[in-house]
Amino acid sequence: MTRTEIIIGGFGGQGSVLAGVILGRAAAYDGKKVAQSRSYGAEARGGAARSEVVIADEEIDYPLVITADYLVAMSQPAFERYVSKVKASGLVVIEEDLVRPERKLPENLKLVKVPATKIASREFGRPMVANMVMLGALAALTGVVTIDSLIKSIRASVSKGMEEINVAALKKGQEYTSAMVGGVHETS
Amino acid sequence: MDQKHVHPLLVKYARIGAYKQPHCPGCGNGIVAQCMLRAIDELKLDMDKIVFASGIGCSSWIPSPLFNADVLHTTHGRSLAFATGVKLSNPELRVVVFTGDGDSAAIGGNHLIQAARKNIEILTVLVNNRIYGMTGGQVAPTTPHGVKTKTTPYGNLEYPFDLCKLVEAAGASYVARWTTFHTRQLVSSMKKGLLKKGFSFIEVISQCPVQYGTFVGIRDPAEMLHIFRKISVPFEKAKNMSREELEGKIVIGEFVDIERTGLAEAYQRLLEMMNL
Amino acid sequence: MSSGANKIIEPGTHFLMGNEACALGAVVAGCKFFAFYPITPANEIAEYMSVLLPKVKGIYIQMEDEISSIASVIGASWAGRKAMTATSGPGFTLMQENIGYAVATETPCVIVDVQRCGPSTGTPPLPMQGDVYQAKYGSHSEYPIIALAPSSVKEMFTLTIESFNLAEKYRTPVILLSDALVGHLMETFEIPDLSQIEIVERKKPDKETSDAKYFLDEDVAPMPVFGCGYKAHVTGSTHDEKGLRNVEDPVYVDKVVRALHRKIEKHKENIVKVETKFLDDAEIALLTYGSVARTAIHVVNQARKTGIKVGIIRLITLWPFPDVQVQSAARKTGRIVVMENNLGQVVNKVSEVAAKYADVKFLPPRIIGSLHEPEYVINFLKEVY
Repeated sequence: MTRTEIIIGGFGGQGSVLAGVILGRAAAYDGKKVAQSRSYGAEARGGAARSEVVIADEEIDYPLVITADYLVAMSQPAFERYVSKVKASGLVVIEEDLVRPERKLPENLKLVKVPATKIASREFGRPMVANMVMLGALAALTGVVTIDSLIKSIRASVSKGMEEINVAALKKGQEYTSAMVGGVHETS
Repeated sequence: MDQKHVHPLLVKYARIGAYKQPHCPGCGNGIVAQCMLRAIDELKLDMDKIVFASGIGCSSWIPSPLFNADVLHTTHGRSLAFATGVKLSNPELRVVVFTGDGDSAAIGGNHLIQAARKNIEILTVLVNNRIYGMTGGQVAPTTPHGVKTKTTPYGNLEYPFDLCKLVEAAGASYVARWTTFHTRQLVSSMKKGLLKKGFSFIEVISQCPVQYGTFVGIRDPAEMLHIFRKISVPFEKAKNMSREELEGKIVIGEFVDIERTGLAEAYQRLLEMMNL
Repeated sequence: MSSGANKIIEPGTHFLMGNEACALGAVVAGCKFFAFYPITPANEIAEYMSVLLPKVKGIYIQMEDEISSIASVIGASWAGRKAMTATSGPGFTLMQENIGYAVATETPCVIVDVQRCGPSTGTPPLPMQGDVYQAKYGSHSEYPIIALAPSSVKEMFTLTIESFNLAEKYRTPVILLSDALVGHLMETFEIPDLSQIEIVERKKPDKETSDAKYFLDEDVAPMPVFGCGYKAHVTGSTHDEKGLRNVEDPVYVDKVVRALHRKIEKHKENIVKVETKFLDDAEIALLTYGSVARTAIHVVNQARKTGIKVGIIRLITLWPFPDVQVQSAARKTGRIVVMENNLGQVVNKVSEVAAKYADVKFLPPRIIGSLHEPEYVINFLKEVY
């Protein structure tokens, strides 16, 4: 069974739900079956916003995340709350300046830090597109969806006039992680 | 029934087998019914293109089942909401609502002001007998201050609505008030309301000799009509009278008569634009 | 009136929210009138309908409350349009009186209840299946109803169409009992070529005759819609076959109550739908409906791989209750576990019809308002059997 499960979490307003919708729609463009949901699991209660995306080749029975393959965490509470739902060999992408991964993580868990808000502010003057930087990073690191489909999905999902800046942010995230070696960004 | 003994308007407009009216002897509803049929007759309107809607209460039995047309006898207070669905769905139909003071000033009060605000092309005839007649004489939001009823045995502590002012403020295109004494004026208002391209509201102060009459000590319907004549003050004259002078009076006349696009027509324009 | 849906809906794969799929389904079914009062978690249905309907010459109106929403829907239906409203728990409660009116006057219409957590205001965005009994018994006195429970975004589309078809065929209100999870879930699903979808239109009288019977026919009387010269008389009061009020003769009370019931009971076989899987050799049947079925299907698929003989019966129709199908599952398996997102509603009905054939157990979610987790269900099955 090919079933990939992703959690995107953050503070309300960071665009976790929209990022999940864009990711889900991209996977649909890739010809996959997709289920995307908001915070309905029992442990989702509290301030954090969460989007869950399940991507599969066959019909999806249970539409929520059981054990996440990937976690995108844009806030400390989201990280704390959901990191335990990530499978042992999974991947966690964190917003470098907003998340301090202090707890001891499983040995095989891969952790990637992306200064998404900093990139979004510096490059575009808009911290709100940090979610697209994170999405670009996730796609580059995992190949869970194609970049082409993500770009198409962004154009179909964001409000008019905001398409290009979101696409550019996505590409920045992709570039940032493509330049990584072993999950660590080399400082030049 | 032998048609010789039936009023010609009934022969022409009454549903077969429904001549017998459910109202108490002396009730004003018969007068209101006749005025409506007269207005329709004078305008030569096609009854098959009129829908009569009503709610619950004595006045809601004016068209139901008497009028030989499409009749929608609905739940208490909601007739205007049902009628809104009818009018929007088929704007070619004229929609007339018969309602009472309990029906549309109490339980359905919000629907009355919202329908007026929407300016939906419905003629609403509100028969105000100032009491809950059908249920046996309980106080209504139109019962005058101090009047004793079945549920205000020590006198009504509240004050009645001025429904015409309420509906005018809400945005109706046509607002008038008459009593069951003023039948000619009522027919004329009904004709205007039937042709109006907006929300029309006619309040008819009506006699209820059985319930209201018992509480105020006047059981004779003819006497009640005479009192209506005596205490009625034309709108123009009332303008120059003080609040005290108007105490216990009924202000009659046309309060609003303006042209403003109704909701059903506005919606049809939108549909035409969207489906060019 | 043609639905006009082919102008605005492309066949193929769609990735939509359940509430949006519901709106699309309504348009495909030929819905031409939608009235609404804002409420979470049903808003997306209305927002989409307000965009779609004018494109197909349909009417969207926001009314002053849920009472007037359902009232205007009934009015629109009598004026000849297929009509729908959508709401959630508190609004559904307000609609109950007029739902009873629609049943009594045999008015086709669709009411979507995107169930949320209650009682009272509760927690608006969280799903619960608390309105199963309200759907059946919410209006006063006694009456039949049809209620369907969608489990997926796809079914928010297909069962909305089915709801319209049943409403028009049997001249009755139909309730689509969704919930916040299915309503807000986004999924991929296929919309087939629209010409392949069966759409039912209401039966209208051939011509106006003075002795025509427009009500109380157990095989569904033709509907004398307004403006056609039928001189229809429609009342929620006790009435005869012509629709004329008769509150004097007690025989008519009996006649109305029985005729309305028989109209649904007689055609129950054609109305009721369930979905079963792996029941033939199953030793346990999971009985479920709506969003909770998603966990049950997952559990069954997983359990089968490990050799646990568990099957599933998913109720697509909740009312009229699929007693024959539930009894059959009970006989086959001898053990039924009812899963629903509440403290026990459908389980009562299951016990009533199946207790003599099977051991009936009830499994609420670990936390009310959440979906049962697969592991939680598997642990329960291991513990109990």
